[in-house]
Amino acid sequence: MQLLTSSVGRKILMAITGQLMVLFVIVHLLGNSTIFIGWVNAYAEHLHAMPPVVWIFRIVMLALVGIHILFGIQLTLENSAANPQGYAVNNKLKATFASENMIWTGLLLLAFIVYHVLHFTARVTPDIVKGVDALGRFDVFTMVVSSFQHGIIAVIYVAAMVTLFLHLSHGIQSFFQTMGWNNAKSLPVFSKIAMVLAVIFLLGYSSIPLFIVTGILNK
Amino acid sequence: MNLTLHVWRQAGPNQPGKLEVYEAKHVSPDQSFLEMLDEVNEELIKGGKDPISFDHDCREGICGMCSQVINGVPHGGQDRTTVCQLHMRTFKDGDSIFIEPWRARAFPLLRDLVVDRTALDRIIESGGYTSCHTGGVADGNAILIPKPDAEYAMDAAECIGCGACVAGCPNGSAMLFTSAKVAQLAALPQGKAEAAQRVCAMTESMKENGFGNCTNHYECQAACPKGINVKFIAKLNREFQKSLFE
Ligand code: HEM
Ligand code: FES
Repeated sequence: MQLLTSSVGRKILMAITGQLMVLFVIVHLLGNSTIFIGWVNAYAEHLHAMPPVVWIFRIVMLALVGIHILFGIQLTLENSAANPQGYAVNNKLKATFASENMIWTGLLLLAFIVYHVLHFTARVTPDIVKGVDALGRFDVFTMVVSSFQHGIIAVIYVAAMVTLFLHLSHGIQSFFQTMGWNNAKSLPVFSKIAMVLAVIFLLGYSSIPLFIVTGILNK
Repeated sequence: MNLTLHVWRQAGPNQPGKLEVYEAKHVSPDQSFLEMLDEVNEELIKGGKDPISFDHDCREGICGMCSQVINGVPHGGQDRTTVCQLHMRTFKDGDSIFIEPWRARAFPLLRDLVVDRTALDRIIESGGYTSCHTGGVADGNAILIPKPDAEYAMDAAECIGCGACVAGCPNGSAMLFTSAKVAQLAALPQGKAEAAQRVCAMTESMKENGFGNCTNHYECQAACPKGINVKFIAKLNREFQKSLFE
């Protein structure tokens, strides 16, 4: 039970759930990128040909998000209670905007995840175009392109990816430290790797709405 | 040089406090920060006013008593320097200097710049020791310790327990302090026997004493006058994971 109650145990659960979500973020980016080579409909078709797998995956993801948020909120509340009175002059040496706002970037991500699932998974938002392609498959490509042609939707997605960038620019290196996998020499290396990954996610994911809204990607 | 000081004044625990302004005149660049405050206090006493209370003892950077947040940074932000070893030459004539106490829920304020840091002692009491028979002095080489392990333990043992890590931490966490003791003892044969109990007891005590949880801002290492490295926190995290399987 140490794992569920102690200061370090709960951090470790947050780190593991967070990092598993990062693995998802990597796989999801690879999947999404098939839109640039015209394979996205085939990719979606293959994915949905295995309903049990898809459902197990969804339940696991839900559990990860749930555990991560639960402890995230709990730890953050404890931390602000432990530091009730700030300084008149605040001069941080190492803490960053990203590290000090994990709870806010996290909650914004939660809001985005809810919207994103309603948008492209449940497909219940008004902008959704549902059709089939020439091969009779559900036309994911047209759905995505017609959606991102609304500037506001493209902006929401890019803003969400900036939020993800902030969360992960601190979160990924934090994971290594929480797991105790680094030492004085490797900590700066892991921090750089984390930053590179976070930038790749930002550019990779944002490129889809940006290429569509600028009309570069339209068929 | 002449300086304007903004100093936190508070008559006692749970009383209202505020920043008061004082002029420090004819400050010598060779003075230490505490000597500068001593002179301000002499002037206050001459004027029949209450001197500023602040903690200090050795004034040579080894006891960990001095504890002031200067311009928002514990110990003033000069690399590996306690307030007592901070010299006035690091300031410029005409500077405004803000001096505040350590702020954290676990450190209740006693008066002005003095806070109660016994919560750190309670963390040590919970497990920061090795249980062993005392008796005659043991032969120094009876237990051989590899040089790198001894160096690692010594680096962790450099902590003087001042609490700057807590004061700097946005979460009021004592992870750096706690981890330094956990890592020091876990690196040595005498400490390994109780390593699992120790890491659990000490992190639990940290929580019970009102400190927050570490979120890896690394502000503590930057504030530490002894340069205690956050690698010891990674070590604590490893020790904690090991304890789960014991
Ligand atoms: C869904 C809403 C989310 C909330 C409310 C949230 C909140 C938090 C909070 C409060 C922290 C702790 C801050 C710290 O330790 O510095 C954190 C850490 C982290 N988060 Fe999230 N987060 C969310 C989503 C995500 C997502 C989608 C990912 C990955 C794609 C993620 C990955 C991480 C990682 C890797 C960490 C570092 C864990 C550690 O401290 O070692 N989070 N999150
Ligand atoms: S007074 Fe002893 S360390 Fe500063």
